[in-house]
Amino acid sequence: MSSWFISHGAAFIVILPLLMAVITALLPAVRRLAWFTALIVAVLVALVAFIVLQTQIDVGAFIYRMGGWEPPHGISLAIDAVNAPIALLIAAMAVFTLIYAEPAVDSEVQRKKRAPFYAAFLLAVAGLIGMVVTGDAFNVFVFLEVSSISTYTLVAMGANRDRRALSAAFNYLILGSIGATFFVIGIGFLYAETGTLNMADMQGILANLDGGSRAAQVGFGFVLVGLGLKLAMFPLHTWLPGAYAYSPTVVTAFLASTATKAALYLLYRFMFTVFDPSFDYVAVTLTYVVTGLAVIGMIFASLQALFQTDARRTLAYSSVAQVGYMLLGIGLISTLGLVGSYLHLINHAVVKGGLFLSLGAMWYRFGITRISDMAGLAKTMPITTAAFTVLAFSLIGVPFTAGFVSKVALAEAALERGWYWAVAVIMIASILALLYMGRMMMVAYFSPPPASAMGEDGRVVRREAPLLMLLPMVGLAVTSVLIGVRGNVYLAEVSENAARVLLPGGGL
Amino acid sequence: MIDLLQINPGLWVILAGVIAALMPVGPVRKALAIGAPILAAFLIFTIYDSTEVLAGQFSVLGVELTTLRIDNLSVVWGYLFCLAGFINAVYALHEDSWITDSSALVYTGAAIAGVLSGDWLSLFLFWELTAISSVFLVWQGGAHAYAAGIRYLVIQVLSGVLLLAGAVMFAGANGGDWTFGYVGLETTGAAGWVLLIAMGIKAGFPMLHMWMQDAYPKASITGTVILASFTTKFAIYALARAFPGTDILIWIGCIMTCFPVFFAVIENDLRRVLAYSLNNQLGFMVAGIGIGSTMAMNGVVGQVFVHVIFKGLLFMSIGAVMYRVGTAKASELGGLFRSMPYTTVLCLIGAGSIAAFPLLAAFVTKAMILQAAIDAKLWIPFTMMLFASAGVMEHSGIKVPHFTFFAHDSGRRVKEAPWNMLAAMSIAAVLCIVLAWPWGGYDILYSLMPYETDYKPYTWDHVVFQLQLLFAAIFAFNVLKRFKLYPAERRAEVVDADVLYRRVGKNMAVWTDAMWTRLGARLKRGRDRATASVGRKLSQAFSPAGRMSEAAPSGLPAILTAGLLAVVLVVAYIAAA
Repeated sequence: MSSWFISHGAAFIVILPLLMAVITALLPAVRRLAWFTALIVAVLVALVAFIVLQTQIDVGAFIYRMGGWEPPHGISLAIDAVNAPIALLIAAMAVFTLIYAEPAVDSEVQRKKRAPFYAAFLLAVAGLIGMVVTGDAFNVFVFLEVSSISTYTLVAMGANRDRRALSAAFNYLILGSIGATFFVIGIGFLYAETGTLNMADMQGILANLDGGSRAAQVGFGFVLVGLGLKLAMFPLHTWLPGAYAYSPTVVTAFLASTATKAALYLLYRFMFTVFDPSFDYVAVTLTYVVTGLAVIGMIFASLQALFQTDARRTLAYSSVAQVGYMLLGIGLISTLGLVGSYLHLINHAVVKGGLFLSLGAMWYRFGITRISDMAGLAKTMPITTAAFTVLAFSLIGVPFTAGFVSKVALAEAALERGWYWAVAVIMIASILALLYMGRMMMVAYFSPPPASAMGEDGRVVRREAPLLMLLPMVGLAVTSVLIGVRGNVYLAEVSENAARVLLPGGGL
Repeated sequence: MIDLLQINPGLWVILAGVIAALMPVGPVRKALAIGAPILAAFLIFTIYDSTEVLAGQFSVLGVELTTLRIDNLSVVWGYLFCLAGFINAVYALHEDSWITDSSALVYTGAAIAGVLSGDWLSLFLFWELTAISSVFLVWQGGAHAYAAGIRYLVIQVLSGVLLLAGAVMFAGANGGDWTFGYVGLETTGAAGWVLLIAMGIKAGFPMLHMWMQDAYPKASITGTVILASFTTKFAIYALARAFPGTDILIWIGCIMTCFPVFFAVIENDLRRVLAYSLNNQLGFMVAGIGIGSTMAMNGVVGQVFVHVIFKGLLFMSIGAVMYRVGTAKASELGGLFRSMPYTTVLCLIGAGSIAAFPLLAAFVTKAMILQAAIDAKLWIPFTMMLFASAGVMEHSGIKVPHFTFFAHDSGRRVKEAPWNMLAAMSIAAVLCIVLAWPWGGYDILYSLMPYETDYKPYTWDHVVFQLQLLFAAIFAFNVLKRFKLYPAERRAEVVDADVLYRRVGKNMAVWTDAMWTRLGARLKRGRDRATASVGRKLSQAFSPAGRMSEAAPSGLPAILTAGLLAVVLVVAYIAAA
């Protein structure tokens, strides 16, 4: 059995949620049936993704041939040290958010839309994992669209809670489609240049052509900008705050921790293994354009986060700033930079997912969306607030939390290149993070709870979130601390392996 | 299981202090205070085997630490501080003070641990701990001691910071060797000077000495006794270790012996007189370290040893008087020999010791330092120290007992000092006599000295010379008294160099503060306006309604996307061209 998973696992983790999405969509609206199906699927996918990661660690990079067709003509799934951990990350976050989903979706999504909701969720999972594991450039586009379209639907389902979800979803749809279109146009140029869609093949041909002609450069531009839009690179992030603020909690948490991360993975893949920083135009663009936008985005989006009144919008802008950190790691074009970027990708997925889940629990109990409404939460929802606090510390980068590990790694990478100003920017953005997260915690800890939270005897009544919500939140908070304390052992190795695959030569 | 003998014995005393700080039962605290120094002395005895013992090594952040070093130099201070801690504890038995007991123990332990530590970092740690733990003893003196305590703490901590800075520079120049050893001034440059000043502050170098006369007289009765035992002697140890034979110390030491004489003669507060005399005694030691010959170093070690005992005895006797009478002002005392006969006798033994009467403690050791100066043909320093010796006789040997126990009768009739004070003083007095006993007594002292010596102090010419000197001083005192030329005991404050920071400096600080407040109000208004304006602008730009954060329709981002594509294409075009 397990040998079957070892040989076919890579395909299984894409096909299973894809097929089950269809079945889930048709399930009757019995209260928990759709949820339970989706959760089982996600757990299975996570387990198999873990097996795939273990296989990858044991045997190294391997290729799964779809239907036995040999690449470059057939479609292949290429598993290596870069995408195997990310596939597991996506599957694991799906499990976390789906555990949480039972009470959350119950209150946020109309009853008749619940089965379609879980179907769309599974589709998104399938699309995201698919675009991560595939070795075929056009296949990437297909899965990108599978995940995007299901995501637009999921965002729009927040309309039951807040009508603005509809306009946010529309906005996301337009911009997401522009991004996908740019990406596919880029693939088209690359196909014209190389005559292949297999990414490994493309890499070899482009290297032979020494970067290729103008067509390859134009393709590069389109791919970069298209992916930049998908991963919310500043200033192409305008779709993100609306989509994150108004979609159902589960969707926000899942998107924040996986969708932009999968797009970022594609950026790694295309910038470093299809194209190569040894081509002048790649190196210059990464060094000046991507780094520049990363740095401006870190500061600018942090300032935007600082002045928001809506808690989820604050976290959404913070996500844009954090993407800046990861892009800075790419822009450094060094092994250390990629290690830091990759670490921050994983850490931010854990942290931001957990933060959105905590905020969702606060909405679930008290209908809180504004920061000023968070008053007294430390007394009314102590466990949720504790998890929120730990995760917030991690986002800020307090020692012994996940954020600290990756920010230090990035700062070290910047120092290695002699970019002292980049270290300063990391510091400033972290201070801004302290301010905007501190603002929420100040209210939660030091403002008295509203009168409605008091019992008859004038004492504060505890109304903690249900167990199914608490488990994933606390789990993610504990994970972030574990990464902070022991991350240098295991995660660092994963990141170094990934960085070594991406930049075998060690960068500039 | 770590070897308990690897642990610096001073740490056990500090531990006892910590326990005492948590211990509400007075008798238990007293038992700790007496027992801990004895235990530490026993441990030193067990560990030391007449060669250099290094132990407790470990490394922190790449710095090799040697937390325990007992050799022929540090062992003397180790025993001495244990002895002093024991005597002080006996002296303080009557006082039921939680703070005194615990901070005295920590202070004693820090001093013991400090002299027994073998690297700069441990030294710095205990250097600062002595400062921090002892300031509580100053504050025990009451409300009027608070400011003096703060000044004391600031100066002591400054000394510690300088020590650390110098140590870092020194270790850096030595390729990361943190062993606390010889420094000197010839080859070490700035590091040596910084270290010298750091130690000089604690040792009471001229112009750096004021904290001593400022803080010691203001501390509580037992506090002064305890304070006078350790801090300065700790610094002398550091100097003896780091700067033996450094020429400039001869002159510093000689000035130190001379200038306090004048202050001590006119000062009214007898505890302050003793603080000046302490300074003068330290001068002999510093000068001896400066000479640096075998004889001089032996003299210094012996002098430190007996000095702690007789200086403690003097402070204890004045403390006993203060305990019964309530004051230590010369102008309000006198004629107490009638009511406190034992204290009188003990004080006289202390006074005779400090003045170096034959058969009493300092006679042997001071002679060795002076002899070393003669051997080195240092005539001017010799003369200065000779003058200072007469001065010691004048202010400590005569003035203190005279104005306290004799002189005009103040009419006070009080009880004799408590038994524990008498016991503590008696121990010290017996030691003063034993350690200078011509028939074998001073050999005990010799056995502690770092170098072999067969110096014979009791030669006819030396005894006669010393007696001549002392009687000349007594004669001068009597003549001056007879013709009313000796400064009478008056209530007055003596202006010393500390006026620089207590008056001038403070006034300047107050003036600057007032000006700064005025200027600050202006600046603050401007700054507030500026920050408010920046904050408002940022908020206008980035708040949800602001231009930078408003929910953009999809048209604008689409144009932005196209614009960014154009930028990327242009950059790629230029880069590839």
